[in-house]
Amino acid sequence: MSRLLPLALLTSLVALPLALGSNPYLLNALITTGILTIAAMSLNLLLGFTGQLSLGHIAFFGIGAYVSALTSLGFDVEIGFGTRIVHEPWPAAVGFLLAILAAGACGYLIGRLSFRVRGAYFVIVTVSFAEVVRLVALNWVELTQGPLALTNIPVIALGAPGLGSWTLKTKLQNYYLVLAVGTLCYVIIARLVGSRFGRAMRGLKENESLALSVGINAARTLTVATVISAAMAGAAGSLYAHYLRIIDPDVFQFATTVTIVIMVVAGGKGTLMGPVVGGLIFGLLPVVLRPVMAPEAQWMIYGIVLIAILFVMPKGIVPGIAGLFARLRAARAVPVLEASPAVPR
Amino acid sequence: MSAILSVEQVGVRFGGLVAIADLHFDVREGEIVSLIGPNGAGKTTAFNVMTGFLKPSQGEVRFRGTGLTDLQPHEITRLGLARTFQRTSVFPDDTVFDNVMIGLHRQGAQSRRAPLLDALIGRAGASERRLRARAEALLDWVGLSERAGEKAGALAYGEQRLVGVALALATEPAMLLLDEPVSGMNASETQVFVSLIRQIRERGITVLLVEHDMPMVMEVSDRILVLNYGRLIAEGPPDRIRSDPAVIEAYLGQGKAARQAAAEVQEPAHA
Amino acid sequence: MDQLIQHLVNTLILGGTYALLGIGLTLIFGIMNVVNFTHGALYTVGAYVMYLAVAALGLNFFLALPVAILGGLLLGAAIELLLLRPFRGSDIDTTMLVMIGAGIVLQSGTLWIFGGVAKAIPSPFPEAPLQLGPVSVSWLRLFVLGAALALIVVTYALINRTKLGLAMRAAFQDADTAALMGVNVRLVYTATFALGSSLAAAAGALLGPVYVVFPQMGGLAELKAFAIVILGGLGNLKGAAIGGFILALAEELGAGYVSSGYRDAMGFLIIIAVLLYKPTGLFAKAERIG
Repeated sequence: MSRLLPLALLTSLVALPLALGSNPYLLNALITTGILTIAAMSLNLLLGFTGQLSLGHIAFFGIGAYVSALTSLGFDVEIGFGTRIVHEPWPAAVGFLLAILAAGACGYLIGRLSFRVRGAYFVIVTVSFAEVVRLVALNWVELTQGPLALTNIPVIALGAPGLGSWTLKTKLQNYYLVLAVGTLCYVIIARLVGSRFGRAMRGLKENESLALSVGINAARTLTVATVISAAMAGAAGSLYAHYLRIIDPDVFQFATTVTIVIMVVAGGKGTLMGPVVGGLIFGLLPVVLRPVMAPEAQWMIYGIVLIAILFVMPKGIVPGIAGLFARLRAARAVPVLEASPAVPR
Repeated sequence: MSAILSVEQVGVRFGGLVAIADLHFDVREGEIVSLIGPNGAGKTTAFNVMTGFLKPSQGEVRFRGTGLTDLQPHEITRLGLARTFQRTSVFPDDTVFDNVMIGLHRQGAQSRRAPLLDALIGRAGASERRLRARAEALLDWVGLSERAGEKAGALAYGEQRLVGVALALATEPAMLLLDEPVSGMNASETQVFVSLIRQIRERGITVLLVEHDMPMVMEVSDRILVLNYGRLIAEGPPDRIRSDPAVIEAYLGQGKAARQAAAEVQEPAHA
Repeated sequence: MDQLIQHLVNTLILGGTYALLGIGLTLIFGIMNVVNFTHGALYTVGAYVMYLAVAALGLNFFLALPVAILGGLLLGAAIELLLLRPFRGSDIDTTMLVMIGAGIVLQSGTLWIFGGVAKAIPSPFPEAPLQLGPVSVSWLRLFVLGAALALIVVTYALINRTKLGLAMRAAFQDADTAALMGVNVRLVYTATFALGSSLAAAAGALLGPVYVVFPQMGGLAELKAFAIVILGGLGNLKGAAIGGFILALAEELGAGYVSSGYRDAMGFLIIIAVLLYKPTGLFAKAERIG
């Protein structure tokens, strides 16, 4: 069951473009949905499995986008004292890797900083961090072009020396790239959660004092989780930059963070499939809503849906449905007698 | 025998309130020692200081000669000093088996240098199998094998305590601190727990416990420390504590429940 | 030197409203353990009520201010009754998410109703600023400072001199014990959230006429309130009041001597510094553990 469902979903996602034909509008919606879903999966690693809510996840996403874009575009900036840094363009694929590293490094700093005190502090630090990064993107015009946006970002080309390269120009190619990265992230998270490290995260979330008392290093575990989570968000940001080929400081807007949070919470935080299901629903919802209502009204709907889900299915859609099935099964099964209390030998 | 744990002139103050004043005692290797005293005497505070959850305002705790003041809880556990908790002794949303697997955290650490990488490329299989076998053995040992697949939070109170003990033992401690392990247990569960404590000692683990159940304390302890108002007022084997006037006075000064406890102190253990 | 004095005067004026924002947020956190993500939206609402009352309805400026504060009070009470009361006993993350949802609804609602174009609130004060030697201050800003200080004093008196305030302080110490002693904790929560909300609305109504009013104005105000509250220690009222002035000083000096583009980044720098050197805030009391 736990392996069958993701595999079935993956198969249908691989086959989907065949069914859709090459409808560019739908394909575009699917690609951006996929990118946001990767960001949602990365957020879920923190929010769902460690219980720490990062409301600045968009910062890691945006840093990934800018690092990747600047790596592949090149830049020439003065950093003071007459020193200039000149960078010639590198391949976009290198930018993708650097985006992951840069976002992960930022995750490390934020984790080290805020996990001395947790909970509400972590939330506030991440929110503020995202705002500062946005201000830097807006004001460091020499590097980022500010509100004028970075344009003509090259597309990603895959290849190996001597084997030639394969440039991802079409939407269909980008769709499969996003699907491949998303699948990889899913597998990585699944492996982590099932490992010793995953048990440490769960232990901290469920009972921190007890987790400490069995020798789990809280600060280290949470920081590592933040690094991995931030790196994945950075990867998603890089995909975003090279797909849209234009980014501006609006990439950091709080609304995107909220979208990602809704995807995780609605789908089911702390489950592997939750952010995927939530991501698909809330990524594709605008396709349905856009023709019938203004964006503001759409946002109001999002807010209402978030509150409604917390009322009706506080654990999210995936656990909610799983619980429903479990109850149905239990209703059919014969009640089992309570076993006698355990006695040590 | 030599002291495994030394509490040296430890004091703890919260603002103006003195929770522990100048506490001083040793626990020797292989002993079962109980720390008793009326409510608010500072017993749990003392545990929190010994395990790094609270920093003492003065003095120091030494475990096998190492000062613990600057260490964090997880570092103290790694030295071989484990504890259980009074109220919440399990990871409620995980199965009993996974609880013990979480408890075996440290045991997975030494095997390889890059455990995260191992997990990612699926190379952790062998060490995982070893851990699972250990977890099964531990559950068997505390008598919870039948419950392995159940959510720990759904277990009966007494069983949750046993999970807590299994978790603490999973860290392979040299010494175990038990915080009111039998509170809320019925008489037969308590008897089972007493034999479990003895078996723990037979494994070579020193035991220090805080407990209100006087018959149980009298039965299991080699030595008893009595705390009142943050001070040690008596120390000795159960027989001597039972007739110590300062102890009786401390308990009589309190309410009805405490007087009953004092009466229990004086009764011989009904083993 | 003259420039420095001017910055200090600006600090005082800005600091008063920042303190209002911070006190409202920290009050709600301290008593209810809720991180209020509608705080910014309530700030915006306060400003728009002021705009509606003055520009659209032609109400007197000084009468419009209490109307805006009352608007925040009622809206806050409604949010508490409808959205927070049902979630009492949930963890802090859940209430935080509920508040984020409510914040989005409020902010998008404002945008939907009023559109994205910034609005100005006409003020009854003379255009020409008051000149005090090298320093110039507009009359409006002086009024803003006076009103903010008056509101801080009223809040302080409410908490320290009234029966409701006593109940709030009891709930702040320990809600369960307070309930056992006969304090109506549900009422205290509603009153607390309404009071905190009205302070946010007041800050918006006061700063709205100084700058302009637009639907996204609350987002930045909320971040600043967070910074102030971390600076003063989560749940610490005095800390929030002082924190408001410290943030205003940092912003004034940062904008004056570093770069005006990074004025709004000062809050985050403060958060970093506080977390590095005194993670529980500058004025936090030691908590008892265990």
